[in-house]
Amino acid sequence: MKAKIIVTPKKAVVDPQGKTVQVALEQMGYQNIRAVHVGKYLEIELDGGDREAARKALDEAAHKFLSNPVIEDYHLEIE
Amino acid sequence: MNFAVLQFPASNCDQDAIHAIRSLGHSARYVWHKENSLGDADAVIVPGGFSYGDYLRCGAIARFSPVMQAVKQFADRGGLVLGICNGFQVLTEAGLLPGALVRNRDLQFHCEHIFLQTVTADSPFTNKIPSGKPLRVPIAHGEGCYFADEETLAKLKANNQVLWQYCDASGNLADQANPNGSLQSIAGICNERRNVAGLMPHPERACELALGSDDGKWIFESIFAALQNKTAVKAA
Repeated sequence: MKAKIIVTPKKAVVDPQGKTVQVALEQMGYQNIRAVHVGKYLEIELDGGDREAARKALDEAAHKFLSNPVIEDYHLEIE
Repeated sequence: MNFAVLQFPASNCDQDAIHAIRSLGHSARYVWHKENSLGDADAVIVPGGFSYGDYLRCGAIARFSPVMQAVKQFADRGGLVLGICNGFQVLTEAGLLPGALVRNRDLQFHCEHIFLQTVTADSPFTNKIPSGKPLRVPIAHGEGCYFADEETLAKLKANNQVLWQYCDASGNLADQANPNGSLQSIAGICNERRNVAGLMPHPERACELALGSDDGKWIFESIFAALQNKTAVKAA
């Protein structure tokens, strides 16, 4: 099993990195870009087959440690 | 007075903090991050640096080290804790201080002297700072932009928890004097109980004139005075 966690800055937090990437894309000629948000991607390889237990544990870990709820949102997928 | 200065892997202002405290006439010693106890300490400094390589987020991993459990217990008992730079980030990650520190708005690492306006003398970290005097101290960070949601900012203001704001040489708040885009120019805050504080600038690097400024000593003198004026809470 593998867990995939995507961490992104909350909309209310200024994201200068995303803004800089957006400006660069526009300067390169890419059009129709409304916004860019730069986040993090974590891939966690898991032993064992209990999907729901893994989801529960990683949801807790993502909330407590892998993301900071003050400034970030996360999305967890298990496959 | 006896200070515990924490050491994480990649702390790099721990020696500066020890030097500053000793040169101001008090004792200080290192406490390694794997320790479960602070020993005989009157106050704790969480120093600057890049604990655990700033991996994941600044301060995110240090916060779970054994010594931070001891710091949490010490703070819960009313002990004085000051986080400087990365130490401030560690304390916000640990939930001992509200808000978070994010990437500087211009994406640049700022290493320069700035000025601080002390917002209130009503704290163990500011009581000796001469009224109205802008403090000239250095900053050295890439992720020092203070962020908190509106509700938290309102609470900080209502409880007088903002201790320092970035200002110009005359003490005026101005956007140009805000080096990192911190909301409300916030450079340092304390918790509601006023025994835990954090700031991004480095007072420990500005405690003697040979270093270009000794304004930082006022923050340490405030802590010494606070510890002398009351029965200090000691670490076990």
